Amino acid sequence: MLGWLCARMVNGYSKLKERLIEHILFLYAALSIFVTIGIVFILLSETLSFFRDVSVFEFLFGTRWSPMFTPPRFGVLPLVNGTLLVAIGSSIIALPLGISSAVYLSEYAHERVRSLLKPLLEILAGVPTIVYGYFAVTFVTPLIRRVLPETDIFNAASACIVVGIMILPMVSSLSEDALRSVPRSLREGAYALGSTKYEVTTKVVVPSALSGILASFILAVSRAIGETMAVTLAAGATPVMTLNFFESIQTMTAYIVQVSLGDTPAGSVAYKTIFVIGMVLFTMTLVMNIFSQWIRSRYQEVYD
Amino acid sequence: MRVESWKLQDGRWLKDRLFTIVCFISTMVGVLLLFLLLWDVFTRGLPWLSWDFLTSFPSRFPERAGIKSALFGSIWLILLTAAFAVPIGVGAAIYLEEYAPKNRLTKIIEINISNLAGVPSIVYGILGLTLFVRTLLLGRSLLAGALTMALLILPIIIISSQEALRAVPKSIREASYALGATRWQTIRHQVLPAARPWILTGNILALSRALGETAPLIMVGALSFVAFVPRTPLDPFTALPIQIFSWVGRPQEEFASLAAAGIIVLMAFLLTMNATAIILRNRYQRRLEW
Repeated sequence: MLGWLCARMVNGYSKLKERLIEHILFLYAALSIFVTIGIVFILLSETLSFFRDVSVFEFLFGTRWSPMFTPPRFGVLPLVNGTLLVAIGSSIIALPLGISSAVYLSEYAHERVRSLLKPLLEILAGVPTIVYGYFAVTFVTPLIRRVLPETDIFNAASACIVVGIMILPMVSSLSEDALRSVPRSLREGAYALGSTKYEVTTKVVVPSALSGILASFILAVSRAIGETMAVTLAAGATPVMTLNFFESIQTMTAYIVQVSLGDTPAGSVAYKTIFVIGMVLFTMTLVMNIFSQWIRSRYQEVYD
Repeated sequence: MRVESWKLQDGRWLKDRLFTIVCFISTMVGVLLLFLLLWDVFTRGLPWLSWDFLTSFPSRFPERAGIKSALFGSIWLILLTAAFAVPIGVGAAIYLEEYAPKNRLTKIIEINISNLAGVPSIVYGILGLTLFVRTLLLGRSLLAGALTMALLILPIIIISSQEALRAVPKSIREASYALGATRWQTIRHQVLPAARPWILTGNILALSRALGETAPLIMVGALSFVAFVPRTPLDPFTALPIQIFSWVGRPQEEFASLAAAGIIVLMAFLLTMNATAIILRNRYQRRLEW
């Protein structure tokens, strides 16, 4: 009787422990939901409070951004302009280079060459962004100014080049995965019809992997939009509407850094701008990331 | 007839060769840029790298400036970040892989984690500034910085740990259950030891990301001029990337060289962490074969 009771108790204890552990682990997993809620809540509440002082219309369509001046102007378009200029410029560099690297690594390179080159490209992805900022300021900008002397010290082009280098491995690595997942039989079918390797690659392999390649492009652009340190150091702090890559601009991320480095009093309208801009940034990157996932899952070719 | 078909092939052949060359050159551009970057950092920074540089505090005079406070700040930061992020991240991964029922909530959690991994780091900075620095009144402290970094790398840790757990074959779990082990006993004594090397590798790589992050630390208010070594987690601090940032931003040529020297230290730190990860993985990989 006593033995039976003890066994029941031990059993009960161990069951309790099992349940407890499961619940604790669930809380850990659920924490990520609270992080998201926290981000959205903080950004949203300050954004709403900001729009009590500033009209939504002025914010969305105004073409002057000068929250620190009197009278302050809160048109977000110059900052969006700066961000998009860097995103477009870096894409011009990273997308063609990335996709052709991916094609080379996946279709042409010998296994040994690939196992040497791929990790080297991946190192580029592991280099901290502050190092790219340094590289832009001390190497790329002086180089541009030697070729085009009228370029501003701070300019979009320099930021575009280093951000392009930064997102290049993302494009090449993710696109390569997509290319390699195209089954061998498709390539062999095309070879059997007498195609050259160029034809097999451009007419069979790349089209089959298009969803993955597109998804990698979108992710890379989203990364370029969120990039902070390189653009803060290289692109300048001048929010202007321009399409000129050789002028000083300001991106949304660089603006947030600029405000947080200064001594703007908490609670002021100028202070709230970092949350509003953060909200715009968060929304833009989130939409792009979801879009990229959607493309990958919606248009993924399923073989065998 | 035969000659004609050769001619036709000739144009196609040329296109094929050209395409190969273009793709090869593109790949090499990336590799060359990496070497260019390293070459620029090393030629500038190496002459400034010395024992004094490692053991001095920052200074207005470039020849006397060092990175002692930044180096200690970064070490503190990484250890504290690991203390928060590793148990929670691995725990969350265990829940999602071993316990979670296949329902809508689980799906939402997983989608949410992959979206969090794509949130720009500066947004985490805004979160850290509001939540830890202002609401929880931690001030501009190491603790606030480490908590922010922990949230930032949590999704990476969870995703890589999940992959590690998924790689453990089902048969190991079933053998353990067959011997009467409970679920937690199975995880604790069979699954976790089997997945440990990969979990460790993923965690180290995630922490090395935290080591190089700059923007969130600027947001939570890491200082760029700290002439002391932090003693408690509530002390103000600086870190390697912050110190480098403040040097790059100065107009004098000497400070750019100091930044380069700082980058060498940062990269050496990163390299050590990544090399440890690779060695650990290779060591265990040989021992565990299924």
